[in-house]
Amino acid sequence: MTRPSAPDARGVLPREIRDAVVIRFAGDSGDGMQLTGTQFSLEAALAGSDIATFPDYPAEIRAPAGTTYGVSAFQIHFGGGDLTTPGDEPDVLVALNPAALKVNYPDLRVGGLVVVDTGAFTKRNLEKAGYTTSPLDDDTLAPYQVLKLDITTRTADAVEPFGLGAKAALRSRNMWTLGLMLWMFGQDRAGTAQWIAKKFAKEPTIAEANVAALTAGYAFGDTVEMSSELVGYTVAKAEVAPGVYRTVTGTETTAWGIIAGARAAGLDRILFGSYPITPASPLLHTMARLKAYGVIMFQAEDEIAAICAAIGGSYAGSLGVTSSSGPGIALKGEALGLAVAAELPLVVVNSQRAGPSTGLPTKTEQSDLYQAVYGRNGDAPLPVVAAATPADCYEVAVEAVRLAVTYMTPVIMLIDGYLANAAEPWLLPDPDDAPAFPVRHRTEPEGFQPFARDPKTLARPWAIPGTPELTHRIGGIERDARTGHISYAPDNHQRMTDLRHAKIAGIANAIPEQDVQVGERAGAMAVVGWGSTYGPIYQAVRRLRAEGMRVSHLHLRYLNPFPRNLGELLAGFDRVMVPEMNAGQLVTILRSTYLVPAEGLNQVTGKPFKVADIVSAVRARLEQ
Amino acid sequence: MTATAPIPLTPKAFASDQDVRWCPGCGDYAILKGVQKALAEIGTEPHNVVFVSGIGCAARFPYYVSTYGFHTIHGRAPAFATGIKLANPALDVWVITGDGDGLSIGGNHMLHVLRRNLDLQIVLFNNEIYGLTKGQTSPTSKRGTVTPSTPQGSVGRPVAPAAFALGAGGRFIARAVDTMQNELVEVLKRAHAHRGASFVEIFQNCVVFNDGAHAAFTGKATAPDMQIHVEHGKPLVFGSKRDKGLILACDGPGLEVVQLGPGEYAEADLLVHDETSIALALLLAQLQPPAFPMALGVLYCDPVESYDHAVHRQAGDMGAQPAAQTDLQQLLRSGRTWEVEK
Repeated sequence: MTRPSAPDARGVLPREIRDAVVIRFAGDSGDGMQLTGTQFSLEAALAGSDIATFPDYPAEIRAPAGTTYGVSAFQIHFGGGDLTTPGDEPDVLVALNPAALKVNYPDLRVGGLVVVDTGAFTKRNLEKAGYTTSPLDDDTLAPYQVLKLDITTRTADAVEPFGLGAKAALRSRNMWTLGLMLWMFGQDRAGTAQWIAKKFAKEPTIAEANVAALTAGYAFGDTVEMSSELVGYTVAKAEVAPGVYRTVTGTETTAWGIIAGARAAGLDRILFGSYPITPASPLLHTMARLKAYGVIMFQAEDEIAAICAAIGGSYAGSLGVTSSSGPGIALKGEALGLAVAAELPLVVVNSQRAGPSTGLPTKTEQSDLYQAVYGRNGDAPLPVVAAATPADCYEVAVEAVRLAVTYMTPVIMLIDGYLANAAEPWLLPDPDDAPAFPVRHRTEPEGFQPFARDPKTLARPWAIPGTPELTHRIGGIERDARTGHISYAPDNHQRMTDLRHAKIAGIANAIPEQDVQVGERAGAMAVVGWGSTYGPIYQAVRRLRAEGMRVSHLHLRYLNPFPRNLGELLAGFDRVMVPEMNAGQLVTILRSTYLVPAEGLNQVTGKPFKVADIVSAVRARLEQ
Repeated sequence: MTATAPIPLTPKAFASDQDVRWCPGCGDYAILKGVQKALAEIGTEPHNVVFVSGIGCAARFPYYVSTYGFHTIHGRAPAFATGIKLANPALDVWVITGDGDGLSIGGNHMLHVLRRNLDLQIVLFNNEIYGLTKGQTSPTSKRGTVTPSTPQGSVGRPVAPAAFALGAGGRFIARAVDTMQNELVEVLKRAHAHRGASFVEIFQNCVVFNDGAHAAFTGKATAPDMQIHVEHGKPLVFGSKRDKGLILACDGPGLEVVQLGPGEYAEADLLVHDETSIALALLLAQLQPPAFPMALGVLYCDPVESYDHAVHRQAGDMGAQPAAQTDLQQLLRSGRTWEVEK
């Protein structure tokens, strides 16, 4: 992929050409790595690259500076082609201190480039990272190319005219580094300069200092290039469909999808009840800024109050939505049961994280599938849907709203820490294709029974307080199948349990059949995934098929109920493998539902699957 | 269509078609009657009223009122009520709870609904016992109460609901007794008129598991001398012959009972009830028989902007539109976008 290079007339080496590159920015939690990575991603996307990102940060807000447990990283995969993962191995690692180097260099591709700030490799920082000798002086980094730059001093020089003081000046190291990386990969920096000016609008000196650092880093590339110490790259652009694009995280698309869903349903208000929890808080913050779109954001006193207020909102005619992560969803369990029993619409978004208990709050996992499908007392079925990519969260959120209001039921939407924070470019949906599934609150008193059902959906009417002549009482005690009055009658409980089951099972008839993402509808192996494993499975299956293997990729959006043709589809494959970031959950549900000998591929490292790991696992099993 | 005068509402208009299933002699019957009478006198249409409850004997209340009703889960009624009121501030929302539901499992929600100051009425039936689970000690049980869960007598110290509500930042705190209908109805009407969270503690008798828990101040013989009915702007007088009163204690912060009569104190010497004084309300809320009378009526009323009002005011300032009218283009393009040409 690298073209032979020869200096031009000025002695400048031509830029090397790459299809796609993976960069990881790593530093201390306080070094601004997430901002740096986000900004680089945006510039790459604006320049026409496809992108996929992976923010990886510690649970501690500012762990002691310089230690390995305070290291924060942001990985970005950008370039041409169909990028669906943040990349297995970084091609470039930027390490702003010894701890960041120590934690991250083992992931680097052999032959890859390490950029280090030598100014941060002080005796004290080396000790804090647990190094007795500097890894820059021994053969630790022998398998890689190493670019040693005193970024600390260069940044200090660049911002010196602004008289910020040494400590504040150091905070601009990330911008100097960003400038250098933008130069190295042929990206523009004007947008970033504007963004800095806006971000620090109230502190113009800080803004100017950061722009100066950015410019200095960029200019450094231009200058040092002459000495051929540094090589620039031109990265391929993606072949993308025409239209208006933006970069999105799964958090943003989920928020907009909820609003688009309420719009489609014709509802005026969204009662969003939530409680701060990592990694779900960004959704709370995003919804809090969307009050202009009918969102009533309620930060409750706890997880339980958050869901109860949302249910109260639905009871009163709004769209109730609550959001949390696994431990918070556990607390919401009883109230979820009430929403099932009282048959009220509700959307519950779970940004899954590694568990059990507090687990790894900032690390991604998909181990709450059992909790979503089974985690309530009594027989309490409800629909469960999962988003595959940050962009997909939009459609899945709309669909969650549709199911909730059409079937008068709580719906769990599963995303995860990775999807919530990862970014990708998104082709904005055509406004003429806006979804519409209008619902109406019942107003006619004739023949009104709170639990009489629509014969097709089995949904009960949504009759809300304030409506004349429809006053009625509902609650968690078993209700009479028509009047909703308390009923302890044995036959009635049997009937209501059957109806609740049939209502949810019947959703299978109103959702699309399961499709095959890659490959044929039969073959040697179906690789079945759900949620954020989409990217690595998709790439792995394409790679295996290029080797001639008869492998297909199925990715499930609907986890309860399953699409009506899923069993038949699975039966067409000799083997079924289910890669999951848990100890094996979908795999057992598929086995028990369809009696297929599905096998698991399970990983719970807090990181997404690598494409190569799935490729080798499939290959190994097919060669058995 | 000819305009017709609204038919005056009667207490009966607020009775549902359900059989009431409390134990014979339960204080809840009297409270139900009092609430239905208050609603009729307030004159709200039943369809604009929502009763929300948690779990417990008191929590069955919504089934017996002809309004909208939501019997939810243990302790969480204030949270459901918050969502209902935020979704539709025009509704008249009542929370019915008990000492276990509201102050034990739901203590956290009670704290927050009061501090936020949602515009709703919270009616707490205090019988100092868990009734529906067959008689265990509750957070308001007197020390030493013998129950199946405390066979040697309870050792935990009880909470005073009105003092808790004041501490939580409640802006309307009142008390009534189940069997004293006139006072009960008046207190409920005042609670309804208050804009913000109104907290009403009703001393309710559980005939089965804790009969006579409040007898020290509700018994026929004890009531006149052991109750003080406070009224804003009126001196704090009580006693069967209205011959006792309250003054600020001479020996430190607190209240003191004094005798009225020739050669003793006169009414003019007494403390005058000021329902806007939280300091006085805290003193009144902590009076306990037999040394002091139990303070009944509106102990505290000092309205400030309600939470629901503030939330919708803020949304209005943001130019809030109904979600149904969302301009998706505007929403999705908010931020940096770029166009890829054909």
